[in-house]
Amino acid sequence: MLAMRGRKQYGNRRYNLKPRLRYMLDLISILTHKDLKVRYKSSMLGYLWSIANPLAFAFVFYIAFKVIMKIQMEGYALFLIAGLFPWQWFANSVTVTPTVFLANASIIKKVNFSRNILPFTIVLQDMLHFILSIPVIVLFMFIYHKTPGWIWLVGIPVLLIIQFIMAYGIALAISSINLFFRDLERLTALGVTLLFYFTPIFYPETMIPVKYQQLINFNPLTPLIISWRNLFLHNQLDGMYLAISLGYGLVFLGIGFWIYRKLAWKFAEVL
Amino acid sequence: MSEPVVVFKNVGKSYPQYNHITGGLKNFIFHLPTALKTLRTARYESLRDLSFEVQSGECLGVIGRNGAGKSTTLGLIAGVLKQTLGDVIVKKRVFPLLELGAGFNHDLTGRENIYLNGILMGMTKAEVACKETEIIEFSELGEFINQPIRVYSSGMLARLGFSVVACLEPELLLIDEILAVGDMEFQKKCLDKMLAFKQKGVTMIFVSHSMEDVKRICDRALWIENHMLKQIGPVQDVVQAYAQSFHS
Repeated sequence: MLAMRGRKQYGNRRYNLKPRLRYMLDLISILTHKDLKVRYKSSMLGYLWSIANPLAFAFVFYIAFKVIMKIQMEGYALFLIAGLFPWQWFANSVTVTPTVFLANASIIKKVNFSRNILPFTIVLQDMLHFILSIPVIVLFMFIYHKTPGWIWLVGIPVLLIIQFIMAYGIALAISSINLFFRDLERLTALGVTLLFYFTPIFYPETMIPVKYQQLINFNPLTPLIISWRNLFLHNQLDGMYLAISLGYGLVFLGIGFWIYRKLAWKFAEVL
Repeated sequence: MSEPVVVFKNVGKSYPQYNHITGGLKNFIFHLPTALKTLRTARYESLRDLSFEVQSGECLGVIGRNGAGKSTTLGLIAGVLKQTLGDVIVKKRVFPLLELGAGFNHDLTGRENIYLNGILMGMTKAEVACKETEIIEFSELGEFINQPIRVYSSGMLARLGFSVVACLEPELLLIDEILAVGDMEFQKKCLDKMLAFKQKGVTMIFVSHSMEDVKRICDRALWIENHMLKQIGPVQDVVQAYAQSFHS
């Protein structure tokens, strides 16, 4: 029996790396353009949204915890923003992700291209929004008389890459599985909300009671968000937090690709 | 002319019945034993033991009743579906033209969709840019090219779809029932273009219910009946046999 023999395709395609790379870049740029347009109808407003949302949350938390509950902390507004902006990138990417293949059903059913590009562009886009929102963080730093340090030149790219691979890995896994279990979408939204409260974003990790302290690294987002915040607030990079978040990132990327590989060929059947 | 471009060897395609999974996670977990069992056993067979070859430069018509397995065949060639049994070998870059608005996004303008569609089919942006004016001219959409395509009529969508594929110099073209919605004039234009492709040696696989079109364009025809190959041969013979099957 000729069971499940591989598909021999493009027998005479003679791609070398350079045009292939060029093509991938074109594909990513056109899909990003499409998503921007579909999501915001115009990219200018999209930029404003990407800042307005975390700023609104920062405002609410400031009122709740600083004004009402009187948290003892200097520069709480800056503290909130330094954690909320990177969180916003992660949360946006992961919540949009379950439907990414469903939304592109008409392309997936007809054209054979690398489908993993679709979640890739989602995460990329949110990353771009995040990068564009860094000036807002800098603005708040000036309000609190702080200045960015040279270490940003290393820290920002490294953290961008780590968060990107982590978000992309998770996005790949969720988007692939959601085609088969459509209600994963709701679970994801719920999960992201829960994760938000378990991640030290509106509270510092030092406020966590001692007996729970060793649990904080079980949340993959914790070392990452702490790293971002230390970079923005104190111009510091902690090697251990970096290593842990990189480890999480690589694990999620591995799992994401594994799941995607297992399921990708069935996508057109279930859409 | 003699090199086969598409080869199907004893290809079978069956789908599991997905409905109970897509029905939800809760459903799946509460009925886990039954769900797993049906996942393994209850399968819908869409193609059985299909073997044929398409030579380079040939035009093959695929005919058959609704639900016989024609679109599955095209999906396998396009590489969006994977066969359960047998071998599918495709040796050229595929340009699918499957149904209306395939690979289009409704919020983008016609012009943006040209790029989206072209790049999805494997062209680079530069390659599409070279052909942009030609595509727009061929489509005769005029002002509408800068409108989002959700305002297009189905005929206009078909025009856009066909124009993109027609101008991008396809090597292997898959056409699924696309011509039915265009007006007479555009249908004729498409048929002319397809005949021109044939002259240039483009390999085409054409699914249609219009026996007239199949006879005009195709050299050979493949008749799929009940998920199996019924007849393959010179277009006249197969079309005639197919037509007779309705009268008997």
